[in-house]
Formats: sequence, C-alpha cells, structure tokens
Amino acid sequence: MSTQSPTGERRPREAPAPPVALPRLLAGVGVGDHGPLSLVAHLAQHGPAPRIRGGGRSRGRGRARALIEEIEHAGLLGCGGAAFPTARKMRAVAGARGRAIVLVNAVEAEPPSLKDRTLLEVNPHLLLDGAVLAAEAVGAEEALLAVGEHAGSAAASAYGAIEERAREGQESPVTVTLASVAGGYVAGQETALINALEGRPALPGFTPPMPSERGLRRRPTLVNNAETLANVALIARHGAPWFRSLGTPSHPGSALVTLMGPLAYPGVYEIENGSSMSSLIEAAGGTTAPVRGVLTGGYAGTWLAPSAIGELELSREHLAAYGASFGAGAVTLLSDAACPVAEVARLARWMADESAGQCGPCLHGLDGLADAVASLAAGRPHPQARRRMQTLATLTDRRGACAHPDGSVRLIMSALEAFGADFDDHARQGPCERCRRRPELPLPVRSEGRRGSARR
Amino acid sequence: MAHPVTGVLASSGPSVQWYLTRSTGAVSLVLLTVALALGVADVRRLSSPSWPRFVVDSLHRSVSLLALAFLAVHILTSVLDSFTSISLLDAIVPFAGSYRPFWLGLGAVAFDLMLAVIITSLLRARIGFAGWRAVHWLAYASWPVALLHGLGTGSDVKSGWLLVLSALCTLAVIAAVLVRVFSGWPADIVRRRAALAATGAFSLFLLAWLPVGPLGSDWARRSGTPSSLLGHASSSTTGHAAR
Amino acid sequence: MSARLRVNPIACEAHGLCAELLPERITLDEWGYPLIDERPLHGEELQHAQRAARACPTLALIVQRERTPRS
Repeated sequence: MSTQSPTGERRPREAPAPPVALPRLLAGVGVGDHGPLSLVAHLAQHGPAPRIRGGGRSRGRGRARALIEEIEHAGLLGCGGAAFPTARKMRAVAGARGRAIVLVNAVEAEPPSLKDRTLLEVNPHLLLDGAVLAAEAVGAEEALLAVGEHAGSAAASAYGAIEERAREGQESPVTVTLASVAGGYVAGQETALINALEGRPALPGFTPPMPSERGLRRRPTLVNNAETLANVALIARHGAPWFRSLGTPSHPGSALVTLMGPLAYPGVYEIENGSSMSSLIEAAGGTTAPVRGVLTGGYAGTWLAPSAIGELELSREHLAAYGASFGAGAVTLLSDAACPVAEVARLARWMADESAGQCGPCLHGLDGLADAVASLAAGRPHPQARRRMQTLATLTDRRGACAHPDGSVRLIMSALEAFGADFDDHARQGPCERCRRRPELPLPVRSEGRRGSARR
Repeated sequence: MAHPVTGVLASSGPSVQWYLTRSTGAVSLVLLTVALALGVADVRRLSSPSWPRFVVDSLHRSVSLLALAFLAVHILTSVLDSFTSISLLDAIVPFAGSYRPFWLGLGAVAFDLMLAVIITSLLRARIGFAGWRAVHWLAYASWPVALLHGLGTGSDVKSGWLLVLSALCTLAVIAAVLVRVFSGWPADIVRRRAALAATGAFSLFLLAWLPVGPLGSDWARRSGTPSSLLGHASSSTTGHAAR
Repeated sequence: MSARLRVNPIACEAHGLCAELLPERITLDEWGYPLIDERPLHGEELQHAQRAARACPTLALIVQRERTPRS
C-alpha cells in the first residue's frame, strides 16, 4: 500500500487504512452516540488531513492541481441536487480572475432532507477538512460555512469544531467562518445564498455571471454542498480508485440518504450508490405500514408507485430511467393511511408560496397549479382540469431564474401520474375521509413577508 | 462682436434671434410636456391597437430628443443675440450670467437635469437598469424648473399666448402626475403623499407668484435685467421697448 | 455572427414590447411574459432582435453572442 496520498503528502505510518466498504462519511459515528466526533477521534478514524500549501508556492500549486485531477478521476458530482461535476467547478473558480472564496452550503432548505445537518452534527471535522482542502485547491483564504437559521445543533456543532481546531493548534492558512442564513425554500440556491450573505433577501439572482466567475463580494466563489466537501476530504486521503471502488461508473462512491415515512428507523443513512431501495428500507428496519407512494428527490422530486420500491436502484442514472431524480438524496415514503391527493395539494400550495415571486411564470404558474390541485382535491375541478394543468406545467417549467418552478412542476405532474386513480376519484366525489387526517409529509412553519416583487 | 445682421436688426426692433429664442423656448416647453405625458403613458402601459407599446415608448424617446434639438437652437440663438450678453457657458452653469441671473440660471438647471436624463438614457445598456432609473426621476424635477425659467426670463409673459400655453402645459403635467400617483405609484404611501404635496404646492406657488411676479409691474427690472438694457420704464407688453 | 435571444426572468415585467417588435421569435404567454424561440439569429432578424432588446423598458431582453469555438 502506498504511503503517499494523492496530493503528494507522505502519509504517516499510523494513519488507518482506508475503509473497505461502508461507512465512509459516517465512519466512526456510533448509533445512539451523542455529540460530534472530537478532532482527536476524527483524526484517529480518518487519519491526518493532507496539506496542499506549504513547501513553496509552485509545489502548492502542483498539489492543488493534483487534488482537482484526483477529484475529476473520482467522478465526484455535487451532492446538493444539481449534480454538477465538482472538479469542473473547482477549475473554473481556480482559473477565474480575483481571489477566490469558498462557500460551504449546509443550508438544506429541503424539508425532507436532513443529511447535511446530520453530517455537521456527527462529524463536522470531515466537512471542515474538505472545506479547507477545497479552499487551498482554488487559491482561497476564506471559507464560509452557511447553515440555516433554524439548524441550531448543527450550527453549534460546527462552531465547536472550528473552535476546537483553533485550540488544538490546527494551523491553516484558510479561515473558516460560520454564517447563519435566514430564508425560505429557495435560500439554499447558490445565488440566493450569496445574496443572503451580502445582506440582501435570500432570493436567487440572474446568471451569467456564474458564482464561479463573480459571486460573493464580486469574487470567484466556489459553492459546494456540505456532503460534497466531506467527500473531497476522503478523496484527498484515499484517492480516486478507492472512491470508485463503491458505487456505479457514472455515480461512484457513497451518498447520504434521508429516509422518511412509515419505517421502524427513519433517518439519515449512508448507502453505496446504486444499491437497491429495498435494501435501504431493510436497513431502516422495514416499513411499519403499507406504502402508498414513494417520493425521490425531495419536494422538487418525483412521485413513484410503490411497485418501484422492489425495482429501484438508488443511483442517478437508474432513477433517471424512471423519470425520477436523485436530488439531495431524500427518499420519502407515504403510508396508505394518508391521502396522496390532500398531501400533494398541501405541498403544491406550499411550493407556490415559497416562490421568490421574482419571475412572472413561476409566480403565476405555481399559483395556478396549486389552485388546480386544490380544486381537484375538493371535488370542484376546473373544466378540462388535466389539460389545463399540462398547459400550466409547460408555461412554468424552466421559465424562472432558478430551478424552483421546475421542481414544483415535476412534483405535481408526477403525482398526477402516480396517483391518477385517486385524483380522478376526488375530482368526482370530493374529499375522502383520509383527507381529514393530520398531514404526514413534513413542512416547516414559515413567517410572512419574504416575497420578491413580480407583478401580480 | 456684433454680427452685422443682428446689429442692423437691433436698431430697428427685436432681432431674428430674439424671436427664435422665444419661439423655440415655447416649443421646447410644449415638447417637454408631451414627452413627460408620454413617459407616464409608457410606464402606465397605455396602448391601443393603433398605438402599440413600442410606439408609445419610441415616441417618448423621440419627442425628448426633439425637445433637446429645439433647446439647442433656443440656447444658440439666445447666445447669438447681441442685445443680451448671454454666453454659452450660462446654458449649463447656472446663476453666473448678467441677464436676469436667477431666472436664466433656472434654465441652465433644467437643461443640466435634462442632459443627465438623456445621456443616461442613451447609455442605458451600459449603465444598467437600476442606475438609469434612479437618474430618470430627475425628469420630474426639470419640468417645473424649465417652466419657471420661461415665465421668469421671458419678456412677453403678459402677452396672452405664452400665458395660455404655459397654463395648458402645466395642467397637462399636473394631470400626468396625478395619473401616475393615483395608479399606485410610488408604492410607498409617504412618497406618494410627498409627490401630491409637491404638485399642489407648486400649483399654489404659481397662482400666488404670477400676479406679483411676471404679471406684475416692473418685472423686467425686478427680475434682474441689466439697467443698460432697460429701455423706457413702460410696462408695455410687446417687447421691443422693455426687454 | 450568430446570436441567441434570452430573457432575464427576474428583470422582465411583462411590458410586451419585445413581442410587438419581433413576433417571429417572441410570443406572450397568458400572463404577458415572453415565450422565446431560442434558435440562432442571423442577418436581418438579428438586427430586429437588437432593436427589441434596446426597446425593452427593463433591459430584460438579451441578445447573447455565440462564442466562436476555439480550436
């Protein structure tokens, strides 16, 4: 086994061997453990973090290039939902004019997703390693770690880890600062996050220019999801072949998945990409009630019939073949005690209300779709309801400045297909007795007044 | 240096330049009024099948440029008019001249504001929408200043035509501003009330000031006409005596 | 030289001048917002597109130059 890490550092002898299989991101974290891994425990588990800077500027640049190449060979794609190739983004930032800055996106505004919060709570040091490595690779001296304003324990854990590193003398040319971001569903979008950090409302902006060219403080900004950077920290230690030893060729490695619904042990799991949905459910102790439908990719994702559970493999390409998206790894099961029509109507209205309100088609289209679903659920459908909804979907999809309208359209139109019979029943007969039950799918309580200013 | 033609004409009465200055000034006022009204129509999205949006918008821009052209002639002829010693600099540097400095200076102020509006509009794509919009509000400020300039500088305010013209233009602008304000602009209720108050105050000011100002006695002297140019002390309305 | 039409959906406030000036490429949806044919523009159509972009009251319509591929 080589004693040189991919960035050219000599690995000290006491570094542990790279994990053969799972867990990788969640290695060293015990079930039922309270509190995050300490720095010492983290280093014992994963070994020391490779350094890029030091030993001269040209050596540092060489190591930076080598790391980005290693990430490229590993085939790492962004874990926040957009799945953009990480190495390509890093090259763009490294090559742009001006001093770069790194933005770690742990805002996680998707309600059924808990993985980034969890990662921060169980092993913030792995994420911090990745943030520092990424900053060094693109020539940045500052990394901002953004968490949602309500993620209290994740923020506390991150803050504690930053302090711990300073106390333990973890010298680093990169300063990491914690930032708390207030906003709605769209606040986790790259440009919305940058706007929020500059004191403006957390609403998306128009691109070009891309953040990698001109973002936070008009500097090239590397925006990466938290889990992506944790993977960077592992790839830097163990290399691309190790990373690719799990997963599929086009979706290599492992991923954090948030599994919710009628299960014995719902929560965040680390899976090998491409593993079966049924094995994941088995790992979660199995279902506790019959399943009415499966939502993959969060509330911007796709509804599938329960029969998919037995067939699905959790990789991007396999889900894409079903017309579904992996998204940020949120898999939500709906029990048959819930009414899918009522649940989707509630989600549709919520997604419409979460529109930034900056782009006319999103504002009007999502509102129209939410109304259409609600009237279907109430048994007072618009005439030609389905055709009307299809028209609205076409007028709304991809006509906004961000992907929010696209996700909402996908959620609603896939529901129409997966629960077609239920929708038809409701259109004819109105609400069923399950409509009156307490809703099953989680939604945060929101305060008012975050809207943009599109003409109404 | 007196131009031979103006020299000849000055001795016989009002010069060509003087007539041109007065007429182009009046036309400019009308054009600016139309431009402002079209601007309100544009932002209120008023249109019809024979007046599509792009026509209203395009007319607004064209009329503004036409007003600028007439203003250029207005300024040039007032400078070339040897009767008064108005220099080209007085057109953009306010209050420095010797002929009715305050009232002439208002013309320079209005012209400066107009130049800012027009130049930023021509460079809109480079400046960006937000910057352009911020400067464009100055148009509302330049109009009343231009009107006061015309009433204060002109020597034939007492003759009916300019008064009637000014009154009609003022009513048109007040109507345009009211349309703008009552259709929900500005969104801020405080600014809306301020706009209404400013309009009302300006109108009251005009009604109060005109009788004791340009329509009053001895306005030529009171407004700062150099004593060398004051002819007879009469307040005759048709110009070539008391200029 | 070729170019494509794009609209900045945040800046767009549905004034509709673009659709009046370039109906071959731009139609308005039921809310007044532009639906754009994004195929490349050439020659005279490009000139009309540039005029439409200049006419947009909020500068939301953009004529995006195609980058010539470098070898």
